[in-house]
Amino acid sequence: MLTFLRRRVLTSLLPLLAVVLGVFVLARLTGNPTALYLPENATAQAREQFSAANGFDKPIWSQLLDYLSGVVRLDFGTSLRTGESAAVMALRAFPATLQLAAVTMLLACLVGTAVGCWAALRPNGLADRVSSLLSMTAASVPDFWLAILGIWVFAIMLGVLPTSGVDAGGLSWVLPIAVLMLRPAGVLTQVVRGAMISALGSPYVKVARSKGAGERRVVARHALKNAAPPALTVAGDLAVGLINGAVVVESIFGWPGIGKLLIDAILQRDFAVLQAAVAITAISIFVLNIAIDIGYALLDARVRQKVGAAA
Amino acid sequence: MTLLENPPEAPAPEAPDRPARANWFRMLLADPAAFVSALILLLVAFVAVFGRQLAGDSAIKGDLSLSRLAPFSLDHGWQYVLGGDLLGRSLLGRLMVATQTTMSVVVPVVLISLVIGASVGMWAGYHRGRRETVAMRIADVILSFPSLLMAVVVLYIFSPSIASIIAILAITRIPVYLRTARAESAELQTRLFVDAARTFGTPSGAIIRRHIFPIVLPTLLTVATVDFCYVMLAESSLSFLGIGVQPPDVSWGLMVAQGRDQLRTQWWLSVLPGLAIVITTVSANLLASWVRIATDPGQRWRLTVPRRRRRAAGPTVLETT
Repeated sequence: MLTFLRRRVLTSLLPLLAVVLGVFVLARLTGNPTALYLPENATAQAREQFSAANGFDKPIWSQLLDYLSGVVRLDFGTSLRTGESAAVMALRAFPATLQLAAVTMLLACLVGTAVGCWAALRPNGLADRVSSLLSMTAASVPDFWLAILGIWVFAIMLGVLPTSGVDAGGLSWVLPIAVLMLRPAGVLTQVVRGAMISALGSPYVKVARSKGAGERRVVARHALKNAAPPALTVAGDLAVGLINGAVVVESIFGWPGIGKLLIDAILQRDFAVLQAAVAITAISIFVLNIAIDIGYALLDARVRQKVGAAA
Repeated sequence: MTLLENPPEAPAPEAPDRPARANWFRMLLADPAAFVSALILLLVAFVAVFGRQLAGDSAIKGDLSLSRLAPFSLDHGWQYVLGGDLLGRSLLGRLMVATQTTMSVVVPVVLISLVIGASVGMWAGYHRGRRETVAMRIADVILSFPSLLMAVVVLYIFSPSIASIIAILAITRIPVYLRTARAESAELQTRLFVDAARTFGTPSGAIIRRHIFPIVLPTLLTVATVDFCYVMLAESSLSFLGIGVQPPDVSWGLMVAQGRDQLRTQWWLSVLPGLAIVITTVSANLLASWVRIATDPGQRWRLTVPRRRRRAAGPTVLETT
């Protein structure tokens, strides 16, 4: 298990390093990074001061070292807007996104598994058509438009839900989650449906049936258990992709999470905050990928055995 | 663009010339949804090319007397059938101009990522070994990071312009083609006909071009059609967030964003441009599933029998993309 984990950690570290280095390289590519940090109307003197204070006049290698040690200490400098530590701002926004993403993924998995199984049991039936409609919508409807449509119908025309913010308690969760859920639920439904159709046609299901196992037991214990690993892999990718949706949904609904922080940082040209938000996202993706690998190893008997043999 | 408009012309590697073409058209007719989608995409392509001329002044010069004109009335000429915005510009006209901007981002992105991803992928899959490992690792790194987040950082540092949007979106989409092309070409290079070509001393570049590429192409075209939707949604999201296409240029996503503040009084300013996006992406998706069936010799018969018999024949297990 440890050998397996060590290898996975090393391969997942690569993207994290690429992001951290990428931000540095991109920022230096533009020439003097003070242009990124300071507002456009800053005086030449202010630029020089800032440049000296942050070590931008030092050689590139020592700048890289400074930057890397800052990343390790989660020190990205202070926000231009608020004067607060950028890392603190990002860490404060992070739980809001995490809650939103966790609830969304949970609901998406439930819906995806339920509709997907139902569709697999009755191919070409009603559930099957619902599932293909769901996945088609998920792949074609822009989430920002769906969010606006939701605000228009439920907040403006019917007046039952708040337009934005988190003040309305449970009600303020409804629209963001509904919009965010669509894509993962649609994709998962298709994956579960496909995996279940092939699992239900396999010999071990026939064996279970011929031994007299009830339909519910066959579906839940035998077929679903074997359909789970591919769904889990896809769910992991979807969770990473949820960040894309979170940026859009949070900035429309005024959700105080990392996505909104990111867009605000861009629109107000606050580079330190941008860096911190990107780094925290990259780190959480890294953790998520490892968690998915462990889950996969626990679910799939073949991987579990190989892991056991290697350790 | 032609790649996406005319999938009926998509080359079937083993099909003979004239009867095959008639066949493709008949197979398109056999699937009404795909046929309508193809027509819609052709219309979008037409508007993308000629929209600016057709819309004329109505998209740029506002007529303040027509400000906030409600849609679905022909009283002020066809240009105002979808209503007008705050400045009295025709919404239909602006939509048509936006089509051009949107397509001028989406089509280059799809083409660039298709060409680069497919070439590197086929090359890596053919040669295997270290070249393959390096290419796949780079693709993994790009894919393992949310594309929008990457675009956000890059567009912060290099100010958003059409060229930089195209560049960043293309980079994030290259791995998709690279993976597909690599997998197929790695499998093909073990086949007998490739061995034969190698024995005759054909250089590897020619083998990839003449023997591997024609077989990989149908798959790549299917991926490209689905990817077309993805890129369109990504472009509109960026524009909607204010870091994509910048005013005075206009794209569909930007129009949704601009109409957002008037949602209470003029819902159509935001809702209708979004509907344009949905209609286009749904069409491309429907067409993509048709292409997937039509280019698969094992599934193609489904398009040659009546619909009812097709349904009775059992479920299709479509690969998820």
